[in-house]
Amino acid sequence: MQTKVENNKAWFLVLPVFIIVAFSAIIPLMTVVNYSVQDIFDQNTSYFVGVEWFKQVMLDSRLHDALIRQFIFSFTILLIEIPLGIGVALMMPTKGRSASLCLILVALPLLIPWNVVGTIWQIFGREDIGLFGAFMSFIGVDYNYASNPIDAWSTVVLMDVWHWTPLVALLCYSGLRAIPEMYYQAARIDRASRWAVFRYIQLPKLTSVLIIGVLLRFMDSFMIYTEPFVLTGGGPGSSTTFLSQALVQQAIGQFDLGPAAAFSLVYFLIILLVCWVFYTTIMNNQKDK
Amino acid sequence: MAWMSWTLPTALFFIGIGVILIGMTAWQIASPCVERRGFLPLDTTRGDRLFIGLLSSAFIHLAFIALTDVNIAVATALCVIWMIILMRWG
Repeated sequence: MQTKVENNKAWFLVLPVFIIVAFSAIIPLMTVVNYSVQDIFDQNTSYFVGVEWFKQVMLDSRLHDALIRQFIFSFTILLIEIPLGIGVALMMPTKGRSASLCLILVALPLLIPWNVVGTIWQIFGREDIGLFGAFMSFIGVDYNYASNPIDAWSTVVLMDVWHWTPLVALLCYSGLRAIPEMYYQAARIDRASRWAVFRYIQLPKLTSVLIIGVLLRFMDSFMIYTEPFVLTGGGPGSSTTFLSQALVQQAIGQFDLGPAAAFSLVYFLIILLVCWVFYTTIMNNQKDK
Repeated sequence: MAWMSWTLPTALFFIGIGVILIGMTAWQIASPCVERRGFLPLDTTRGDRLFIGLLSSAFIHLAFIALTDVNIAVATALCVIWMIILMRWG
């Protein structure tokens, strides 16, 4: 009988990735930690201030508001994109040219750079030259994303759903294609309804791709910056100012590197916590089954 | 290294994290751990408990900073006790 041989030399294969991650993530993160405890005036002048910036950040009401907006935004888009992505994947053809055509069409929004997406929707939503804005005006809806917070919010959410639902749909589509035909045959023998096939065969088999989908979409939406920045600039007022925009305003606009670094770390810890909770909950549910 | 604006407390912090990671790796090689369930409502390995401990310690520190004027060393001392409890009975 062949026994499994453990070879620790394989760790060397991971070394290049580790070096890249060290330079692109770990060292910058360490620098941010260093900045967060200092008042930095220029490259050579900085003073140690302890946890003062953390206290300031934790008590800043603008940041509390941005955090609440961020959570509302992330959970809203997850609630829309995940069921919609599953629905789109279920409706996509499985064979032939129409399947390839459908895949290309669905993937198109994913190929568009973020700032271009913002610009597209900025024009699309305008009453004078944009199709969506003109349509809303035509049906008698007083729509203006630049002055009405509700319109701004719905446009940002709609834009994100348009841009990112295809990712969820493609992930689910690949998950659905991986289900062996015999499961469907067994369901047909049992005369299972369409809902029962979805509930007891397709959905459980999609769990692992949905974990990836939920995590990717949560992290990405929690860090959203470019699209709302281009579309609304965080306005009207600060109604669509999310965490990353508030952070950039502080770090680059005001050049408050110390408070911005402390803010980044709190932001990082929140993302880490929520992702861990999502991941652990989903993995535990899978284990229990 | 000057561009990273190192300070003694942050250097000690990262040395501490590095020592913990090296120590955990050595411990794992010396006696590989198995998943178990303690007072936490999930099966955890030693690494899981370390991660949970470090993350919760960060939030304990933030809560102390935001809600009290107590010296941060008190939070650190509490976190050390919390880490020991978590690693042993978590």
